[in-house]
Amino acid sequence: MRLTIWGCRGSVPTPGPDTFRYGGNTSCVEVSLDDGTTLVLDAGTGIRRLGFDLLDRGARRVHLLLTHLHLDHLEGLRFFAPLWDEQVTLDIWGPPSPLLSLRERISRSFSPPLFPIDLREVPAQVTFHDVPRQPWTVGGARLLADLVAHPGPTVGFRIETTTSSFGYLPDHEPALAGTIADRSRDWISGGAIAGDVDILLHDAQYFEDEYEERIGWGHSSVADAVAFAGAVGARRLLLFHHEPRHTDGLLESLEARARSLAGRNEDWPALAREGMVVELP
Amino acid sequence: MPVGTPRQKHLVLILAREFASNLATPTLIADDRGWLIYYNEAAEAVFGRSFAEVGEMPQEEWTARFEPRTLDSEPLPLERRPTGIALHERRAAHERFLITSVDGVEREVAVTAFPLFAHTDEFVGIVTIFWRE
Repeated sequence: MRLTIWGCRGSVPTPGPDTFRYGGNTSCVEVSLDDGTTLVLDAGTGIRRLGFDLLDRGARRVHLLLTHLHLDHLEGLRFFAPLWDEQVTLDIWGPPSPLLSLRERISRSFSPPLFPIDLREVPAQVTFHDVPRQPWTVGGARLLADLVAHPGPTVGFRIETTTSSFGYLPDHEPALAGTIADRSRDWISGGAIAGDVDILLHDAQYFEDEYEERIGWGHSSVADAVAFAGAVGARRLLLFHHEPRHTDGLLESLEARARSLAGRNEDWPALAREGMVVELP
Repeated sequence: MPVGTPRQKHLVLILAREFASNLATPTLIADDRGWLIYYNEAAEAVFGRSFAEVGEMPQEEWTARFEPRTLDSEPLPLERRPTGIALHERRAAHERFLITSVDGVEREVAVTAFPLFAHTDEFVGIVTIFWRE
């Protein structure tokens, strides 16, 4: 399994000289399985470049896993090149809603005044799926989706092969559901998604003092991200969903804070950055 | 997932627990099987034991220990208790009845129970609230 980060910024794209090292594109992570299956996590603006790359590689089938439908996780979909290729089959998985189907909710962003072309007119063969309540299989991986603490229907994903595991919780505020360290794993939002994974991508949008002013917004402080990773036994933590106001320098301070909190003399936790590739056995 | 990996409790239950843990009103939470999975500190004062001591168990097994009965001192069957109605009929219910609390004193309590639905077809548990009067 190989992870490639195409976007790790939170909330809104932030191109510019201050965000050059870690990138300004919003959430998008590619997961390449050994059997050739391509999974794409979220459709932030990072998915635009990924789309061209996938077509260059001859991809004909893509599974897109959406954690939720906030704009920074969906805004790149309209510019995802495989969507505009009739030879491509695209399976879109996302959280169920009590009110509207996944297709109906996504269709809103493919309609006036937001966009000139209706979703029905895209050439690719697109199928929408509510994520199952039980683990399911795509290609050579087992997937699990659980609802997690973030405003509106939001899931995290666990992707596991016979040899490695990966947890993806880009927008997550587990501290909203109580003190993380005091709880057993089954009582922690995201506990099964991230339990004992080899690598965890987790929301670490804020420094602790910033978080105090934004409790309930759906994101984590760096301290809560580190506490969460420790409580669920994640082996490595990648700090994700970078605050738009954080320059590269501030992000590096946040990484230093994470390592101090984790008490480790090694290269983890680490900041996610655009272009980063992580190979898992 | 690896064998033995515990599933996360439903997010609605996790958030309900956090809500209950901040209430001064005795509140119990049961899952979709009817198992008592949490009660708050205010409920400890009613039941005389902390939830950590009790652990998870069928909620009816737990509440039966307090001999719920009608205001006429007749046994109150499960199907007439708010908890049973919320669990099995999946609707809200409220009832006043008598219990014998841990100190051996008979007390009149008012109990409200209501079901938790994550989706219209996804029942995930119930909340029971004891109103001390």
